[in-house]
Amino acid sequence: MRRTMKFWLPIGMALVALGVLASACGGGTSSSDKTATAAAGKKTPVTTGTSAAGATATSAPLSGKLEIFSWWTTGGEAAGLKELFNLYPATCPGTVEIVNATVAGGGGANARQVLTTRMLGNDPPGSFQVHMGHELTDTWVTGDYMEPLDTLFTQQGWASVFPKGVLDIVSYQGKPYSVPVNIHRANVLWYNKSVFTANNLQVPKTLDDFFTAADALKAKGITPLALGDVDSFASIQLMETVLLGTLGADGYNGLWTGATDWNSAKVTDALNAYKKMLGYVNSDHSSLSWDQANDLVISGKAAMTIMGDWLEGDNKAKKFTGYGWAPSPGTAGVYDALSDTFGLPKKAPNRDAVICWLKVVGSKKGQEAFNPLKGSICARTDCDASLFDEYLQSAMKDWKTDKIVPSLAHGAAVKQGWLTEVSDAVTAFVADKNAGTLQSRLAAACKTAGVCK
Amino acid sequence: MTIRWSRIAIYAVLILFALIYLMPIYVLLVTGLKSFGEVRLDQMWDLPSGLHFDSFREAYSSLDSNLANSFKMVIPATIFSCLLGSINGYVLTKWRFPGSDVLFFLLLYGMFIPYQSVLIPLVKTLQMLHVYGSLWGLVVTHVVYGIPITTLIFRNYYANIPTELVEAAKIDGASIFGIYRRIVFPLSLPGFVVVAIWQFTSIWNDFLFAVTVTSNPAIQPATVALNNMAGSFIVEWNVQMAGALIAALPTLIVYIILGRFFVRGLMAGALRG
Amino acid sequence: MGNTGRRLLRNVTSEQAAAVLLIIPSLVAVGVFVYGFIGWSAVVSVSEWDTLRPDYTFVGLDNFRDLFHNFRFQIDIRNTVVFTVLFVGSCLVIGFVLASLLDRHIVGEGLFRSIYLFPMAVSFIVTGVVWRWLLAPRAGVNILPSKLGAPSLGYGWYTDPTVTYIHADSRLGEAFHAIGLGFLADPNFGLPLAMISVVIAATWQMSGFVMVMYLAGLRAIPEELRDAARVDGASELQILRNISLPLLRPVTLSAIIILGHQSLKIFDLVISMTRRGPGFATDVPALFMFETTFQGNHFSHGAGISIVMLVAVSVLVIPYLFWSLRREARL
Repeated sequence: MRRTMKFWLPIGMALVALGVLASACGGGTSSSDKTATAAAGKKTPVTTGTSAAGATATSAPLSGKLEIFSWWTTGGEAAGLKELFNLYPATCPGTVEIVNATVAGGGGANARQVLTTRMLGNDPPGSFQVHMGHELTDTWVTGDYMEPLDTLFTQQGWASVFPKGVLDIVSYQGKPYSVPVNIHRANVLWYNKSVFTANNLQVPKTLDDFFTAADALKAKGITPLALGDVDSFASIQLMETVLLGTLGADGYNGLWTGATDWNSAKVTDALNAYKKMLGYVNSDHSSLSWDQANDLVISGKAAMTIMGDWLEGDNKAKKFTGYGWAPSPGTAGVYDALSDTFGLPKKAPNRDAVICWLKVVGSKKGQEAFNPLKGSICARTDCDASLFDEYLQSAMKDWKTDKIVPSLAHGAAVKQGWLTEVSDAVTAFVADKNAGTLQSRLAAACKTAGVCK
Repeated sequence: MTIRWSRIAIYAVLILFALIYLMPIYVLLVTGLKSFGEVRLDQMWDLPSGLHFDSFREAYSSLDSNLANSFKMVIPATIFSCLLGSINGYVLTKWRFPGSDVLFFLLLYGMFIPYQSVLIPLVKTLQMLHVYGSLWGLVVTHVVYGIPITTLIFRNYYANIPTELVEAAKIDGASIFGIYRRIVFPLSLPGFVVVAIWQFTSIWNDFLFAVTVTSNPAIQPATVALNNMAGSFIVEWNVQMAGALIAALPTLIVYIILGRFFVRGLMAGALRG
Repeated sequence: MGNTGRRLLRNVTSEQAAAVLLIIPSLVAVGVFVYGFIGWSAVVSVSEWDTLRPDYTFVGLDNFRDLFHNFRFQIDIRNTVVFTVLFVGSCLVIGFVLASLLDRHIVGEGLFRSIYLFPMAVSFIVTGVVWRWLLAPRAGVNILPSKLGAPSLGYGWYTDPTVTYIHADSRLGEAFHAIGLGFLADPNFGLPLAMISVVIAATWQMSGFVMVMYLAGLRAIPEELRDAARVDGASELQILRNISLPLLRPVTLSAIIILGHQSLKIFDLVISMTRRGPGFATDVPALFMFETTFQGNHFSHGAGISIVMLVAVSVLVIPYLFWSLRREARL
């Protein structure tokens, strides 16, 4: 040991001397050609007050790069995004080069990891896709990463065009922080029409109807409900539709504000109904993704599936036309909404180009170009219905009249930290079917999130 | 010549295992050659109705620039990894100084950190070095995190080079660099092969660092592009599997070319501990 | 440079100084990228950082206490142990069996070797996707017999939520209870059957590599040793057991280190093949850390998980490394 020390002492001293020399010469950070790091070097005062968003003159031609970050990599989503890019030059004249930064996987899970790492590393993209609601607010807004967009909204007159329910969900302390581009509905029951007619079944309206139909189907050897929950969101979403169907819109909303007691008997009923529903599900659900579960419905091996309305895009891609839809059992008159939105990060490079992008995203033309391809409806209420197919037109009608509630599984109702605890509790429940444990874990999650007492 | 049952049994076992090992490749190939309508989970084993090379064409056109990026990143990273590991192994075995064992252990321990836990400080550090967001950032990352395993391999390999050779050269007055250049380096080929194969494979197939360090799709490696072909919701499995095969091709070719040297390198003690 | 300088430097020859200089870059790089980052993780793991705004308020060991009480983390620990034991074990056994078979002047040895080694060329992500298909209960291996005229298998593979464990009211359970080991009769000390599917996929990927290692090791054993034993009348099996295996111990230990470090960090394979699995049957700490950090924004908990993993690794690896280095020094 002493020999080791003797050996290293002079070397160590030499290294320390070198280190001191190096740091003295190294000096400050040299200028970099990356606009992002340059922007990060600027000291931005931490403020949630006034913003100049939208106050820049749009007459000056824009230039440089505009990085749009999303997880829309294939299919209708990517096609819709391309359309928005195509509309950009008309609204925003100049030589802006749009960089389509996408990360696929896990319904946004990979993208979130990359985005989080980048934002923490002071390297924000120009604008990024984020779900409306607490996913946006509690992750980015309260962390002081986003600029408020009230000036932009006033300038564009969006207060009269977006429904109040949506404006509330994208706002924090009275100011909107992102622009919703679409609306998806999570509480939709899709069914195979020929299976229903062949078995003389009515489309279920309530949960009891559902169980009656399910028993009949099970007796015939047809899987009543197809579920594909290799991605955990599918089982969370199923639970949320059952909660909605049992508690109603107000009771459901109260779960996320603390108004509804998680330990109440009604919640117990809902969770028991969920448990009963899981008894009618295909046994290999944990090996299937939601679209593979849809294959079961398409082939007639299963009769129904409860999934968001992006499922229609899957049916179209697989050229299946024999499908019908209805609100999930017990939820008629309620629109369980989720939305993809874009905001303005505080240190976004090429800020003017980003603001113009937000204008495109929120414009009537933009939303009419994007949504038919994506398979969702406009967040705006004034889109031309003739551009949309039969289901989407009926969804647009419902959107105008239904009660709007935020989706749990897609980041609208609760913040991310709470959602992951719900997710863990639901995964355990789907395997052990212990409704009591599920209820207490969900109640505890509400407490940990600081919402319930 | 008598046919011994034991020989037949041996071949039977080997062939059975070979079939099991080839099963997934068969699925990859067959699915890649199908059209989208034919791709169903329960039709997995069925041969495609025809040879639809569209998926391969489509996969290749999406991947080609990213494959080039992968090469641009993997080749320097592998070369630097090899050199660094070789020098480290050489120093730690032939030029022992007090504490060299402890240092080796400290270097080795780095193998065990889960990479998810270092992403955030990694980004900050790469930004300080002005390589964040570029392929050089990935090269730096992979070279650094490759140090433990490459040092391990070379250290084991050089431990099998007789010390007398080096001692004799030292007595003759050769310098540390001279001995490396004239004695150790020429003997290192099998070791380089083992390290090159291991590093090429792990760096080529890495996804986590690739997606974190590079954000511009124009410079991202093939693993990220392949993942993006999956789409978040609807997956075109035939294109995906075709893409996976294309992405695995370079590594496979490296194995085929260097395979013989791989075994020779292992025989010379590269991983004999 | 005075007398002190010269006296200090007497302990260092110029060659040794050059040696150190050559290794300094690696030490600095590892020092920053490994130990520096571990240090950062350690700091975060005892902090309150729960949102996107870094918060380094010290909270002591609260996060660790939360983790060890978390039901998912307990399952993860069990899963890691199960996966490591099964994965390393089967790779060693299969690799050794194939190597000893291939060592017998096989026609087409090169082809067999390439076939067994090829899976290593594929990324863990692709392996996961393919094996998810192969072991899907509705397809894959289950329906293969039907293609050959036999009835299909009905096994659930990775959708099987069963955990086999010693039940408290079984005879074994009561015996354990009698000697004070009653706590072992719990699912947290059981075997999640779904994990076996993941082990199969991982073994497919890595056993070829182990096989090549053993093959090289077998080839390095001087043929005279084995011939002498044959002359003495030993059977091939006895030669294998008493001569080859002991001489292959260094290969085995190297393989355990390489496979072990992969199994402790396993992430890509799980996330592409099964994700968490039914009731977290295939969940692993790296996946939990990924989700809790980047989906849940619980940065302090995520860092806590990595510190626990590192400590676990240290407990296992440090003694081995010290022992092996000490052994070499003695030789």
